[in-house]
Amino acid sequence: MVRVRDNRDKVAFAALFTHFAPRIKGYLIKSGADATTAEECAQDVMTTLWRKAEQFDPTRASVATWIFTIARNRRIDMLRRDRRPEPEDLPWGPEPEPEQIHVLEMQQEAARLAQAVATLPPNQRSLIEQAYFGDLTQAQIAKETGLPLGTIKSRLRLALDRLRHAMK
Amino acid sequence: MTQPDITSPSGTAIRHHLNEATLMGYAAGTLPEAFNLIVATHLSLCDRCRADVQAYDAVGGALLEDESAALADESLAQTLARLDADPKPAGRKKTATGDFPAPLQDYVGGDLDAVRWRPLGMGVKQAILPTSKAATARLFLIPAGAAMPDHGHNGTEMTLVLKGAFLDGNDYFARGDIEIADIDVQHIPIADVHEDCICLAVTDAPLRFTGILPSILQKFFRI
Repeated sequence: MVRVRDNRDKVAFAALFTHFAPRIKGYLIKSGADATTAEECAQDVMTTLWRKAEQFDPTRASVATWIFTIARNRRIDMLRRDRRPEPEDLPWGPEPEPEQIHVLEMQQEAARLAQAVATLPPNQRSLIEQAYFGDLTQAQIAKETGLPLGTIKSRLRLALDRLRHAMK
Repeated sequence: MTQPDITSPSGTAIRHHLNEATLMGYAAGTLPEAFNLIVATHLSLCDRCRADVQAYDAVGGALLEDESAALADESLAQTLARLDADPKPAGRKKTATGDFPAPLQDYVGGDLDAVRWRPLGMGVKQAILPTSKAATARLFLIPAGAAMPDHGHNGTEMTLVLKGAFLDGNDYFARGDIEIADIDVQHIPIADVHEDCICLAVTDAPLRFTGILPSILQKFFRI
């Protein structure tokens, strides 16, 4: 990703594309898009990544996380859902050059989090997925699954606690 | 959520924060527009909730890693062909000066002096902001020392203080603080006596007024 950002390297872009475009497409299909729309939107997301590459800050987010935020915003447009304003930039002045140690920390945290997500118990995992992909609020998940809202809240909390624990 | 003091970018201590479900919904992209607006406005003032949203974004990133769907044959070639055609990106998001953070200024069309207030009686004023119908966002001006009309809720109401402060029971809410009132809360926020209180309030259902404003007028005032 840094090579895409700093060198406008299309070979590096192609490698990112090969890894992430199928994932973005899968995410959009799970969110309710048909295959054709999901294909188009996945290409849009990767094109946006190329255009906005200079905004990528490896001390703040992993590549997967950054791509998720672009894909999420594209999904909101695609489903013609509600606008989602972003917070303003922090008034901290110009950012210093990212230190390699922070980049490494972020990568390690992302890897631990991915591992923790992959090993969540199935009932917690499926609720997290519905919360992110199903476009449902907790109350709507309750209606859909027939589970009491309290159960959903406590399972989601358990899942998040596990994820938090993994980040420590 | 009530937590120990932390210092916000504006230098004041924020004591009342967003809850988990709302932060997660914002990261997942499932909230109505009015709630997205109040979250973005609060995050502009609150480092802690901003960091929490980044963590929820990271959960989204981890979930994305596990997805997969086969691409069309020409997918990469088509995308590569588009790269050079796209215009250069716009600059980074701006940082606002004034009472309103940038996302709120976008909806108002300016800072506090640009708000088009409508009187609600007893000196209280409101301005409804243009959002989707799934939820309502409006600004309130409550004169110093005055009470908001006594009301309960049919849904969730969030109130973010932008200027001045209000008291609700024993809790004190100042700039950046957010109060979350659920369906069972019957509450009477009272503006601090030192200055008029300006806040952004978001509801996902009409309020139930029990006091000065007859409910027949609710539709008229859209509150």
